Amino acid sequence: MSTPLATAPSPAARPWRQLLVIWALLLTVPLWLPLLGGYTAMAGRVLVFALAAMSFNMLLGFTGVMSFGHAAYFGLGAYGAGLCLKFVAASTPLAMLAGTLLGGIAGTLFGLLLVRRRGVYFAMVTIAFGQVCFYIAYKWDDLTGGYDGLRGFTRAPIDLGFVTLDIANNGTLFYFFVLLVFGLAVGLQALILASPFGRTLLAIRENERRARFLGLPVERHIWLSFSISCFFTALAGSLYALLNNFADPLGLNYIMSGNIVMITVMGGMRTFWGPLVGAVLFVMLQDYVSSMTTNWMFFVGMTFVLVVLFFPRGLMGMLKKKAEA
Amino acid sequence: MSDKIRLTTPRRKFLTATAALGGLQLTSPFIIKARGETPVKIGFIDPITGSLSALAVSEVEGAKWTVEQMNKKGGILGRPVQLLVEDSANDTGTGVQKAHKLIERDNVDIIMGDVNSGIAYAIMGVTSDKKVFHIVPGGHTDPITGKDCKWNTFRTCNTTAMDASAVTGELVKRFGKKWFFITPDYAYGQTLQANFVKKLTELGGTWQGDMLPISSSDFSATLIKAKAYKPDVLLNNMGGSAQINCMKQFVQFGMNKEMALGGALFEIESVRSVPKEAQAGWWCMEWYWNQPDVPLVKQFVDEISPAIGGKKPTARHWMSYVSLHAARLAAETAKSLDAVKMAHALADLELPPEVALMPGKIKYRAGDHQLMSDIFVGQVHPPGPGGPDDLFKIESTVTGEQAAGSVESTGCQITWPS
Amino acid sequence: MLQLVLFNLTNGLIVGAFYVLMALGLSLIINLSNVVNFAHGNFLAIGGYLAFTLTPYLGFWGALLVSPFLTAIFGYVIEKLLIRHVYARNHIYSLLLTFGLGFILQDACRFIWGPSPLPLGIPDILSLPITPDLFFVTWYRVFMVVVVIVAVGGLFAFLRYTRVGMRIRAGTLDLDTVSALGVNVAALRSYNFAVGSFLAGLAGVLAAGQIGLNPNMGDDLIMPSFIAIIVGGVGSLTGTLLGGLLIGVASALTTVVYPAGAEAVIYIIMALVLLIRPRGLLGEEGMLT
Repeated sequence: MSTPLATAPSPAARPWRQLLVIWALLLTVPLWLPLLGGYTAMAGRVLVFALAAMSFNMLLGFTGVMSFGHAAYFGLGAYGAGLCLKFVAASTPLAMLAGTLLGGIAGTLFGLLLVRRRGVYFAMVTIAFGQVCFYIAYKWDDLTGGYDGLRGFTRAPIDLGFVTLDIANNGTLFYFFVLLVFGLAVGLQALILASPFGRTLLAIRENERRARFLGLPVERHIWLSFSISCFFTALAGSLYALLNNFADPLGLNYIMSGNIVMITVMGGMRTFWGPLVGAVLFVMLQDYVSSMTTNWMFFVGMTFVLVVLFFPRGLMGMLKKKAEA
Repeated sequence: MSDKIRLTTPRRKFLTATAALGGLQLTSPFIIKARGETPVKIGFIDPITGSLSALAVSEVEGAKWTVEQMNKKGGILGRPVQLLVEDSANDTGTGVQKAHKLIERDNVDIIMGDVNSGIAYAIMGVTSDKKVFHIVPGGHTDPITGKDCKWNTFRTCNTTAMDASAVTGELVKRFGKKWFFITPDYAYGQTLQANFVKKLTELGGTWQGDMLPISSSDFSATLIKAKAYKPDVLLNNMGGSAQINCMKQFVQFGMNKEMALGGALFEIESVRSVPKEAQAGWWCMEWYWNQPDVPLVKQFVDEISPAIGGKKPTARHWMSYVSLHAARLAAETAKSLDAVKMAHALADLELPPEVALMPGKIKYRAGDHQLMSDIFVGQVHPPGPGGPDDLFKIESTVTGEQAAGSVESTGCQITWPS
Repeated sequence: MLQLVLFNLTNGLIVGAFYVLMALGLSLIINLSNVVNFAHGNFLAIGGYLAFTLTPYLGFWGALLVSPFLTAIFGYVIEKLLIRHVYARNHIYSLLLTFGLGFILQDACRFIWGPSPLPLGIPDILSLPITPDLFFVTWYRVFMVVVVIVAVGGLFAFLRYTRVGMRIRAGTLDLDTVSALGVNVAALRSYNFAVGSFLAGLAGVLAAGQIGLNPNMGDDLIMPSFIAIIVGGVGSLTGTLLGGLLIGVASALTTVVYPAGAEAVIYIIMALVLLIRPRGLLGEEGMLT
């Protein structure tokens, strides 16, 4: 079941063709998406979820560690950004920084507690932590707006000195802004995964015991991977808050976590771009199905089950396998 | 044991079939667009799945029937009305996404929604940004027409201030001034209790209360406390299943023999699902089907009843009905579907009796865009001679203006776009 | 004041007993199969809804007896059809599978029985309080505790004295050896899942009598079950038992002094356990890594 370590393709060596196709599509979204019955806000949502899933995938697909409570950091990122915009300053970059730090630091600290656990227990504890965050978010309503969510803030235009990017009112411009952040983030992720650190993570994923015997500080690597993953997920969360001009407790709870995992698996959890594909599929599925029928939960659940049973490698995983065969 | 499912050929076929189906979905909106855009499109966002679904389903039923009737009589501005219903699934992100979808892709002229106040706010953010006319039929939290009010948003159902105000006078008069509150600990509950307390203390009352988690299912601890306090009235401010369970346990513990029970809203959808002993207490209804003094109501009830499974319509059906007709009247008065013109037209526009369906003259107040409707205070009882939906007896009617505070007290300041 | 505390203590034990029932089923499945059954809350709901449908024909008592068995059979079928495919794989798949299954089951309940809350009729004698003084302890609550005690006792007896039970216990410790000894592990897992589902169904009927039925009734109950297991220690059923009672009592006692914090205290206990004794009260080091 495990791919030989030596031939595991590193993200930096991805065929340039694939990269080109993906970026060409992403850059031209406002042109072709409405023709297919989509709308630009949907594309923004896809990118945000894709970033969250790709960040999660650093942990799951590349380190082999299963966190089922990742929405906690996503939600914390959203609240961090929202609170900053509402109470501190109407500055988008500051808000994003605040969100990323809040979620990232929480994850880093929490990771310390977890680092010795594995498997099902690890998953359960991450779920529980996620629910604690959810609970705090909706209890501390003086700060977070509680059950109704944090509102009263909007994304602020970015003043670059020579030009002001009005991402508040221009939806298309905001999409490109999100795309820019997304690009930078995944570029950084690719660099990290291609580095010796990243290779070590793969080693840990493949055979933890052997890695330990080789003298690698396994716990420390897992903790770092967890921490990095949480920072990126929190960044995605802060973008989500900017997208909605809203942050709410449901962004933190276990259903959101489950969605992130699903997106990753559906797209292909051991590939770099898999989660992006998964995000596209998932958002499209959710969007169309819930407009057609009120039984959309059935279809979403059915998709989960079918993917797990019949397409466990996800879409990208299957394509990759075909290419290798 | 193999961990792969060996279904390669069927799997491939399945994939191709799904891809084909998916492709079909992607092309269909494109096809519909090409056919022309004459209908007036109204987007209706509600939590059809999730814990508020019973209320949302009633609203959607009411909306669909109303649109059908409207189209029989020429629609809006002579154009047919198309109702696009979207499920917000009780999730804000989804609600916002649907709002974007309805506005950007489907080009709706009007948006309605949501029952969930948090989602209603979030949608208000989108609609005021994009300058789309927005009515909230059934989201109750006060700031929607209070400190967070917007020029393009109108609200049909009552504020907690209105409900609390209407009920308090009656309860004090009949039972006494010593009250005990059981309130859900979030914005809606807190504002509701605060409004009750304000009114109660004005009348010289005293009180104690407990704030509980929203979806509590066990109330014994707080009911024990209440019993010890010996109030004249117990106020059940909980909602949904929590309200139902609180009622059941209140009756189970025999406390209904020692004190009166009351509160703001106990909606018919919830009343129908409690056992007989718990169908009790003093509440207010924002609209009720059995108004013998208002003849147009009976006509409405008889017309809509077959379309909703033979049941009598609830306040939720009425909320959709009024909201949709208000939108129509706004458009017809302004002779346009431009949001700013419609909003100006609807402010202080008195709604005709066949739309209002209640004794008073009702309108959306200009200062805060809140509908000043009548509030019916009365008693809930087990099904009476009128049938399974004969669950409420109107004891008194309070007008909206009486119950609502002044516009200043709501904190609303509407700024119109330049 | 003492009376208030005593009242709430009793109440806490009753609530805790209910959590125990839920958590034990979940724990059984986790211990043997390493599968976190996200759909457990939905099995509970199904148990309740089945009782609702059966009550007109069998009465409350009949429904109470039959519904858990039906739920167990349902669980058995689901295990054989779906869950057994993911045992050999990465654990993430079992989590996702049960997660998706939960969605499907919830929608099925909504579709079959409707979105509105439904009441489950309980016999009138059970609605009465046991004494005028202890007015909040209705016979139904006492009945619930009795049922839980019988069920838990039955479960422990089953595990200790029957062959299947013994094999399950052995399998929890070392499934490979059990398999090597010739036991049909696949069948064992199916029976185990069925027993877990039985407990969920039973909890569902009891819950339905108390709080009524609605499609997402399981969602609120699954978190306390998780926490009971974490607090008590993954891998130990007695631990789960203690964990459930502990959080039930803690929650009830908190209501005396600070009602809004009744939910919070459960999470605080969990956080404390994780910080101070991560393997839980009775968990064993290395269990379930």
